[in-house]
Amino acid sequence: MGYSVEDVSFTYPSGDHPVLDRVSLTVKPGEIVALLGPNGAGKTTLLHCMMNLLKPSSGSVAMEGTDIRDLSARELAGKVAYVPQTHEPTFDYTVLDFVLMGRAPRYNAFGHPDKGDQKRCMEILEELGIEKLADHSYLQISGGERQQVMIARALAQEPEIMIFDEPTAHLDFGNQQRALTMIHKMAQKGHGVLMTSHHPDHALMIGDVTALLYRNGRLESGKTQEIITENRLAEVYQTPLRLIEIKELGRKACLLPGIGTKE
Amino acid sequence: MKDKGEAIIDRRGGTAINVALTVILMLFMLACLCIGKYVISPRDCLDMFTAAIFGTGDNSGWTQMDWNILFSVRLPRVLASVVVGSALALSGSVYQSIFKNPLVSPDLLGVSSGACIGAAVAILLALPQFGIQVAAFIGGIIAVALTVSIPRILKSSSNIMLVLAGIIVGGAMASILGFIKYVADPETQLAAITYWQLGSFSYVDMGLLLNILPLTVLAAGLLLMMSFWIGVLSLGEREAQTLGANVKVLRGTCIGCATILTASGVCISGTIGWVGLVIPHFSRMLVGTNTRQMLPASLLLGGAFMLLVDTVTRMIGPAEMPISILTGLVGAPFYAWLLYKQRNRLR
Repeated sequence: MGYSVEDVSFTYPSGDHPVLDRVSLTVKPGEIVALLGPNGAGKTTLLHCMMNLLKPSSGSVAMEGTDIRDLSARELAGKVAYVPQTHEPTFDYTVLDFVLMGRAPRYNAFGHPDKGDQKRCMEILEELGIEKLADHSYLQISGGERQQVMIARALAQEPEIMIFDEPTAHLDFGNQQRALTMIHKMAQKGHGVLMTSHHPDHALMIGDVTALLYRNGRLESGKTQEIITENRLAEVYQTPLRLIEIKELGRKACLLPGIGTKE
Repeated sequence: MKDKGEAIIDRRGGTAINVALTVILMLFMLACLCIGKYVISPRDCLDMFTAAIFGTGDNSGWTQMDWNILFSVRLPRVLASVVVGSALALSGSVYQSIFKNPLVSPDLLGVSSGACIGAAVAILLALPQFGIQVAAFIGGIIAVALTVSIPRILKSSSNIMLVLAGIIVGGAMASILGFIKYVADPETQLAAITYWQLGSFSYVDMGLLLNILPLTVLAAGLLLMMSFWIGVLSLGEREAQTLGANVKVLRGTCIGCATILTASGVCISGTIGWVGLVIPHFSRMLVGTNTRQMLPASLLLGGAFMLLVDTVTRMIGPAEMPISILTGLVGAPFYAWLLYKQRNRLR
């Protein structure tokens, strides 16, 4: 079951060729799916189709067998949390106010979070080790902290599935590691995770399943160890690159060849 | 004892400030009922209210003249200025939140001038009061729809584009209004439209006010009830939808209610500038950005500010000044000061 994309195609009204071409993918509880693809291949488009933000030209997306088009925005938000790339909001909400907005799916248009929700959100911030940020302005914390706060807000939705759009974008090495660790922890707790990334290494580090989105809109997915090969990555990124087993790390690493050095 | 989360949410004491603002507004209203070129003592004022409400009370202090001034002149005027100030400030706050743009206001989005044109056309056609109200609302809705659709047509969602669209629509509206003034009867209609374009509370009457009040209160009530979701909408359409907002319905309701508020204000007193821009900023500075506290604060502050300004206009000079002259004189430097205070947060 889980969260499944079935035969989804998508063409932008102004485009002549499909951005997504009969894409199928399943995110199961407790599993991390890493979505890799070149710039402009349509990773975000796929995520938007999965969040009902865009309507697929054909095919469907289903949450536990129910087509998401039959779910209200509130029902979907109660099951699937979307973590967009970090951005600056217009108004400087406090971190806690911001995280509290993750409780929104529980309330109708006239409702608002109560004390229980505040308590739950403080617990989530504590679990993530960022409770000190609670009364900080969301505009005045660092990019890494902001990413963690976005994750906290997604957790406040208490979703079954979490979808991350480039959770490591604009983060330094340490913060990338922290974000990935956090995502790994989410999956261990039973959340199904889909994340996009520009680093094949991230897929190798935490991806149970890796999906490769090619320029022509086709998607190929399978167990990370099987799907990630030098040939496929070279095809995806249109550049030769190397996959090297690093004994000290106990994993493969994806490396670009040097520039101006001999192979 | 507040728990930690609540203490953080309310670290600026927003709830306490809102209670204080309510009390201050009440006292202001009492004071403004008493002062003027003809002074009524607060005690007589309260006695007259007791007499009016309960039919009995101490009637030793006041005269029939006091009674007439209080109930026929001052009370409609005080109520009108509080209603209009609150309506404009609240609608400004809501527009700023849902367009996630601290630069917009009912004036800038063209709502005020659109409503003004609607009402002016209704005056030219000699429609009854109800017709003027409906026309003002329709004019306001058309103006905001135009302003919002320009960035959509140009496929740009930037803050600047919305502001530019507002300038475009506002410019067009100003020309249309100019044309209406050109064709209006210079003896009667022209003076009325001009005076009214600058806003004034001198012609307020209780009947009109009571007609407009129910819809205004309903719109304001709905917006206050939706205040949490208005905050969610301020994160942007996509993010709001992924957090469970039915964006089309919520946004539509909010824009509709805010436009009703602006149009009601225009119906009562003509267009009054600055309040819908400055008061939201001031409220955010006072109670923080959380819309659940900021929206009520802007409602209360808007009412108090307008009451103050109107009381000053009726106190100074032999003839009354149109109120926009003073809101502009006070509002512009005040806005500059607010921008100075918030310069680190605005980018």
